[in-house]
Amino acid sequence: MISAEIVGAWIAVFLTLSIFSYLYKDNPFYKTAEHIFVGVSAGYWASIYFWTQIQPNLFGRLWPYLPEGQASGFFGKIWYGIYNIFNFIYEPAFPDGGVATGHGMNLVYIIPLIIGIMMLLSVFSKLGWFARWGIAYVVGMAAGLRAYGFLNSNVIGQVKGSVIQLTGDVSTGAIINGIILVVGTIAGLMYFYFSKEHKGWFGSIGRIGIYFLMISFGASFGFAVMGRISLLIGRFTDLKTYGGADYHHASLWLLAIMVIILGIWTFTSKDKDEATT
Amino acid sequence: MNDKKFWFTLGGILVLFIIYWILGHPYFIEGRVNMFFAIIIAASTIIYFINKAKRGEDIYLRTIPGLKAFEEAVGRSTEMGKPVLYVPGIVDMDQVETVAGVIILGHVAKMTAQYETPLNVPVARSIVMKAGRESVREAYIMQGRPDLFHDDMVHYLTDDQFAYAAGVNGIMMREKPAAVFYQGKFYAESLILAETGNSIGAIQIAGTASPAQIPFFVTACDYTLIGEEFFAASGYLSKDPKLVGGIKGADVLKVILIALILVSIVLRLFNDLGWINFDILKFLTIQ
Repeated sequence: MISAEIVGAWIAVFLTLSIFSYLYKDNPFYKTAEHIFVGVSAGYWASIYFWTQIQPNLFGRLWPYLPEGQASGFFGKIWYGIYNIFNFIYEPAFPDGGVATGHGMNLVYIIPLIIGIMMLLSVFSKLGWFARWGIAYVVGMAAGLRAYGFLNSNVIGQVKGSVIQLTGDVSTGAIINGIILVVGTIAGLMYFYFSKEHKGWFGSIGRIGIYFLMISFGASFGFAVMGRISLLIGRFTDLKTYGGADYHHASLWLLAIMVIILGIWTFTSKDKDEATT
Repeated sequence: MNDKKFWFTLGGILVLFIIYWILGHPYFIEGRVNMFFAIIIAASTIIYFINKAKRGEDIYLRTIPGLKAFEEAVGRSTEMGKPVLYVPGIVDMDQVETVAGVIILGHVAKMTAQYETPLNVPVARSIVMKAGRESVREAYIMQGRPDLFHDDMVHYLTDDQFAYAAGVNGIMMREKPAAVFYQGKFYAESLILAETGNSIGAIQIAGTASPAQIPFFVTACDYTLIGEEFFAASGYLSKDPKLVGGIKGADVLKVILIALILVSIVLRLFNDLGWINFDILKFLTIQ
């Protein structure tokens, strides 16, 4: 019997092999997988952002669910009257009585709502300038917010990490390690000094800095390659599993079919190229 | 603002702070006094050198090979009649690398407008798309070629990291750009992109501050702007006094930082030996 799991396995194998077929060259299988991947992921993320961010965090704070289902006061009635229009348009996102996510009403969230609407106005060429406000807000907010974090971790944290222990309960090896760390930090900083030409003793320190950087890049490269190999092993393990009788030998069948189709495609496209020439 | 005004303002802020401190400094978290001074020193140093640059004082900047190659890469694309591909990273405008990437995009767009070379900018975030379009449009208008600009030059692919990598790879394989720029924040997709660009024979210039991705770009690209070189690039390319002054200010901050490291090591040594009673590690810890 063909279950959803088996269908899923066949699709997974097809897409995996289609992406791997890129190792041969750009071909219809790769193009198919690429377009499915890009299209599905774009739609998926749009949906995820709406249901995990906009609906609960924005609408859930602007129109939280009222237990009685009725808003009190003049403002409340108008406010929830607006909500009822959304509720009429699309009930699953705007359920009756408000969005029940456990948040209280917080009208400060009107600001992100307005900025979001301003971003959407960019679809009209004459109103496109509204989007700049949103971009300015995002960049300005992020600059201010991250300045503190960078100063904390990259400046003060770096100084603190470089204050090595030279006496007391510390081994000779640890002292040597610490000195290497300090020399590497200072030489690295000197390499990134731009307003003086790197000549003479200054240039020599800068060169030491770049050696330290290259050693760290090499170590990082090796570490990352190890991680990628483990990902590759993971895919091969899945292909091996799906090649078993439980999945009707999906990997083997699809591999064979794809190799045959790719072979035919290569020969026919070669003929077409020759005819064009 | 001239030097006199600058020192007067800075002195005024410090005097006001001292008065505030003597009066009992309500609402001030004492454990963060080090951060307060770090912000004052960093901001004032950069503002001081920006003012200097604005007044037209000559600020020397050493050459960075990767930056010289920007024009060479666009020129090569023009000669070959192939497009330029610009990848501004995969994160949003709330990351400083993306902001730097969009600024550099403006400079590359100026070159492509000047040489009438097609430019293709696939992006992974909607706000980056909007900011990128604004930057490219402005560059084309400044070069007097608004007729060559069209919105689809900067186009959205997807938010998903590897789907985006697959999409960009597809563009590379089909359009065969002669120059590829990777300028922004990247993660694990960096090697996939750079390797594909390498396989099609494009001249590749990368710039990122993501330490884990720099090795991949160094391996697969012709030129790589590493770390702060990437942030300095916009200053080099534009010669804008604000940016050039900022680079000089950051250089001076590096010297201050080196001095601070050395002084802190000495202070810790003296404290450990019992010669002074001041724990520098405690002082450097943000509460």
